Amino acid sequence: MYAQMVKAEGARPREEMTPEERAFQDRIDRGEKIEPKEWMPEGYRKTLIRQIGQHAHSEIVGQLPEGNWITRAPTLERKQILLAKVQDEAGHGLYLYSAAETLGVSRDELLALLHSGRMKYSSIFNYPTLNWADIGAVGWLVDGAAIMNQVQLQKTSYGPYSRAMIRICKEESFHQRQGYDILMKMCLQGTQAQKDMAQDALNRFWYPSLMMFGPSDKDSVHSAQSMQWKIKINTNDELRQKFVDQTVPQAEYLGLTIPDPDLKWNADKGGYDFSEPDWSEFFEVISGNGPCNEERLGARVKAWEDGAWFREGLMAHARKAESRRAERTAAE
Amino acid sequence: MSSEWPLWEVFIRGQHGLNHRHVGSLHAPDAELAIRHARDVYTRRNEGVSIWVVRSNDITASSPSDKGPLFEPSNSKVYRHPTFFDIPDEVGHM
Ligand SMILES: [Fe+2]
Ligand SMILES: [Fe+2]
Repeated sequence: MYAQMVKAEGARPREEMTPEERAFQDRIDRGEKIEPKEWMPEGYRKTLIRQIGQHAHSEIVGQLPEGNWITRAPTLERKQILLAKVQDEAGHGLYLYSAAETLGVSRDELLALLHSGRMKYSSIFNYPTLNWADIGAVGWLVDGAAIMNQVQLQKTSYGPYSRAMIRICKEESFHQRQGYDILMKMCLQGTQAQKDMAQDALNRFWYPSLMMFGPSDKDSVHSAQSMQWKIKINTNDELRQKFVDQTVPQAEYLGLTIPDPDLKWNADKGGYDFSEPDWSEFFEVISGNGPCNEERLGARVKAWEDGAWFREGLMAHARKAESRRAERTAAE
Repeated sequence: MSSEWPLWEVFIRGQHGLNHRHVGSLHAPDAELAIRHARDVYTRRNEGVSIWVVRSNDITASSPSDKGPLFEPSNSKVYRHPTFFDIPDEVGHM
């Protein structure tokens, strides 16, 4: 999802656990939250840093495809709404970086890992936003998929991560609704050309949205350990199914067609049967070869480097002010 | 020298007269900017009427390993709770 490919470490059957590890697992099984500075297996800590870090990176890189449309929004109201949404995403990144920092990694280290490509962000943000309908589709589908993932993560075992998720979830439904609202305008009150734009956006974003939940369960080797630690609550396929079941009626309401000829209601399982995305495309995009990877990472690195003088200047000012204060107190 | 801004903990008091409550943390070069950043991030939807910020380094926290000695003694003091006492119905609300 926002963390699609998290390598989990330290998987071990119960019999091989040390007494400390067993006591830790018992706490998790009882539903206790793990808090910073409490003892935790090194694998748990590392896996969490990877997952929360990927999640945080996704929030801030996710600002880029939408930021692209702030100056091109069709009305002032839409512009204000989109701006507020993109600002929220900066906050989401911040909550998550803060949660990761409680595990003993610094913000600068995390950003350095992102900027050098050693840490990933969600594949979805490597697709372009070509027209205004894409902004609708992103809110509806991308934030919709994010909510699906984040709602369950509110119950995650690591306290700071869970609290960040609770804050984030409060803000997300605004994100999804503003996207759907854009598409309602275009599809229900718009011209044929606008409806076509909306359909085209759905065609392009459908499968990349399904990819957000990560590889199919049979290929996600690390899921089991993460679920045992309650770093992850649901499997990728469970969440993907829920997302499809929720989204199909929403597309129907808009009069849009899901671009999957094999999509079919399955009464036995009480859900839709649907086609898997092209996983080879997913692996290409996540490893850096999507349509916009270079542009996105380039924009991040440029913002970081261009802002360096400003961050350093403010810090120098703060240090100077502090030492002046200290001198004054000493003189008194 | 690292130019990473120091970490601050943010406390917000909501509309209804409750205590300031810890809401999260952020990086800022100094206290004044920490308050401004806290305003921008943590009070975007009328969450608060007052902000406190404190350098994370200045917080002294109890250690997780002291959980037992610190908090267990109160477990056995059930008489501290009003429900410990049986007050007859005839007495009315108490
Ligand atoms: Fe977000
Ligand atoms: Fe969002």
